Amino acid sequence: MINNKIHEPLFHLTKRTSVNAKRAWALRCGAFIVSILLCAIITLIIVELNNQRLVSEGKAVDPYSIGQYFDDFFTGAFGTPKVVWGLFHETAILLLVALAVTPCFKMKFWNIGGEGQILMGGLGAAVAIQFMSGKASNASTIIVSIILAIAFGVVWAVIPALFKAKWNTNETLLTLMMNYIAICLVDFFISSVAVRNQTGKLNFLNWPGTVPPIGPADFAGRTYILKIVIVAVITTIIAIYMKYSKHGYEISVVGESPNTAKYVGINTKAVIIRTLVLCGVMCGICGFLLVSATSQTLNTESTVGGRGFVGVLISWLAQFNPIFMVLVSFLVVFIQKGSAGVALWQDGFNATSYSSVMTGIFFFLIIAVEFFVNYKLIFRSDIQAKIDNFNGKIKFAFTKKKNAEGSAILQDTNGEEQVEEAQPQIVEIESPASDETEAKEEE
Amino acid sequence: MFIKLLSDAIGFSAIFLYGSTGETIIEKSGHLNLGIPGIMCFGAVGGCIGADMAYKAGMGAFGTVFFGILFAMLFAGAMGLLYGIFTISLRCNQNVTGLTITTFGAGILNFWGAIVGSIGVFAKPSLYFTTSIFGEVGNDWFSQLFLSYGPLVYLAIIIAIVVSIVFKKSRTGLSLTAVGENPAAADAAGINVIKYKYVSCVLGAAIAGIGGMCYVLDYSAGSLEYIVDQLGWLAVALVIFSLWRPGIGILGSLIFAFLYLLPDQFLPKYVSMNAATSAIIKIIPYAVTALVLIIISFFNKRETQPPTALGVPYFREDR
Repeated sequence: MINNKIHEPLFHLTKRTSVNAKRAWALRCGAFIVSILLCAIITLIIVELNNQRLVSEGKAVDPYSIGQYFDDFFTGAFGTPKVVWGLFHETAILLLVALAVTPCFKMKFWNIGGEGQILMGGLGAAVAIQFMSGKASNASTIIVSIILAIAFGVVWAVIPALFKAKWNTNETLLTLMMNYIAICLVDFFISSVAVRNQTGKLNFLNWPGTVPPIGPADFAGRTYILKIVIVAVITTIIAIYMKYSKHGYEISVVGESPNTAKYVGINTKAVIIRTLVLCGVMCGICGFLLVSATSQTLNTESTVGGRGFVGVLISWLAQFNPIFMVLVSFLVVFIQKGSAGVALWQDGFNATSYSSVMTGIFFFLIIAVEFFVNYKLIFRSDIQAKIDNFNGKIKFAFTKKKNAEGSAILQDTNGEEQVEEAQPQIVEIESPASDETEAKEEE
Repeated sequence: MFIKLLSDAIGFSAIFLYGSTGETIIEKSGHLNLGIPGIMCFGAVGGCIGADMAYKAGMGAFGTVFFGILFAMLFAGAMGLLYGIFTISLRCNQNVTGLTITTFGAGILNFWGAIVGSIGVFAKPSLYFTTSIFGEVGNDWFSQLFLSYGPLVYLAIIIAIVVSIVFKKSRTGLSLTAVGENPAAADAAGINVIKYKYVSCVLGAAIAGIGGMCYVLDYSAGSLEYIVDQLGWLAVALVIFSLWRPGIGILGSLIFAFLYLLPDQFLPKYVSMNAATSAIIKIIPYAVTALVLIIISFFNKRETQPPTALGVPYFREDR
């Protein structure tokens, strides 16, 4: 029945038409747990190798075990109340970055310029603080720094949007370039101002006009609580905006099918520009919070420190859903802080780079698992079994039919007619079977 | 003096040239690999390990350079394969995968560097990379400009020329272009799309990896500095600047290297510079690339466009 010469691959893929949410989340949770274990195993191997090296150099080393690893990991993430607040604060900042780029991605506008947009926001805030602090009232400095931060962020986000809307310029590469232009501009600002204060660095620590800590002095979260609240509010607004507003719907239509958007009369260009303005506003706020509240300094290495890129990853992994983003950014920060806690106790470990390696492993596993959420593997043996089953039924039906016909034809004296009639029958019945296999292969 | 700057720039340009040639090969197959900076970091790690092992095993100049290149290509190629598995077979988003590889690779380089130490750790093996392959060279302008480099610089130019010839003249190159422009049509024409994509992802990554090693062992003479990922982004920019042609990339990388070195190494000798002016001059390569990007989209000529299927995953069963 089946032409055996056709090469049937070991397995082939079909896209799942409906995603089983329970199964998807089980897979993702599994990936998270596996990634934590994988990080532990890799770390144990590295520590072992590193210790051998240290011993050969004549240094004393402490024995290390997986229990010690998890102890350090959880202490790094949840050790003291201040650490826990720091964890939530970092989650909030990453969440804000992810929220900022989400509308763009939903529209299939690949904005990887979050880094530059936030940095420009930070630059706006820094300019205001640098020139107004002490000279104007604190409240007006804060207001002007927010406005400048948002304006700078919006300008940086809208430039690629304008070119995309007008000439369809590749936004991935353009936003990437604008990141570096932003870095150079910030460098320019720092070096032209820092020469004056002789330190070579910008530092606004506790300057009048920056965002002060809130609450009593013994409250561990006093420098963090305000930002967490702001981000919580923004998250709610964006979740509602994306799900229930007309704008949010237009964004998803433009992303899903530009032609549909065109023919139902959505002004795609306006949507692109409007969405990027929104993104710029959020990046500006993020830059303001980082410069005026969190670090109270501005530099090109650590003020944004790759958050623009991590935000992109978080947004994508959470399927552009603001609520899932809370969870994903928490997990990412959990791994970052925990790894930094592990690195702290190891001789020669660089905490920043070690935690970015571990985060990388986590991302790899989560990305890979998305494949199994969205696609289904069908193995050769499965198909063969189904085909055999199917053909079996056909054969059975055919034999029954033939027997019935045979008994009818028996009365006819001409035997040749019987063969002629039966032959097309076989062809007819065979063809749906082979169609079926082809259809399965195509799926 | 100008000769000195130019020869420095040529030496430095090799890093960009490796990165951009590699990325061009990958982009030609329709994959925008934003992991190139991370892959170059991997190449740097691999190259240093390979060259160091070969040097410690007592191999001469050839062995050290050979094993350096081999390991750089293996390490970077492994990351290219990982990228390939994720984006070709698992059909993950290319930008997301690339950014993850960049985070991961830069982390690995810094982490490894913090353990082995940074200044001058590979100074001895790097001597084989920095000394000219023509032995002693004279002080005249010709020898300084054309004969004074280590093997990696010549190799970069040779690879770029070979790749550009392959793209233009050979059947393989034309098929690769077809895969990047319209994979479904290429598939229908009997080109093995998946094979082309995999080979170009791995090969491109391996070539880019040599660039990372070239920075550590050639340009900075064996000291680990953590700007490889920054240079990697410039290499990605250079692909656009060179309009997806490695031949133009040779010139483009020279211009990029010149502009990169200009504010820190050249201008201070003639005019009094402060950090602010140098920061402004550093904008030029990025700004010019952004401008090129805008201009090519403005004129919208077919020859200068990115591969049409760039960034679009290919799934044969899709309609």
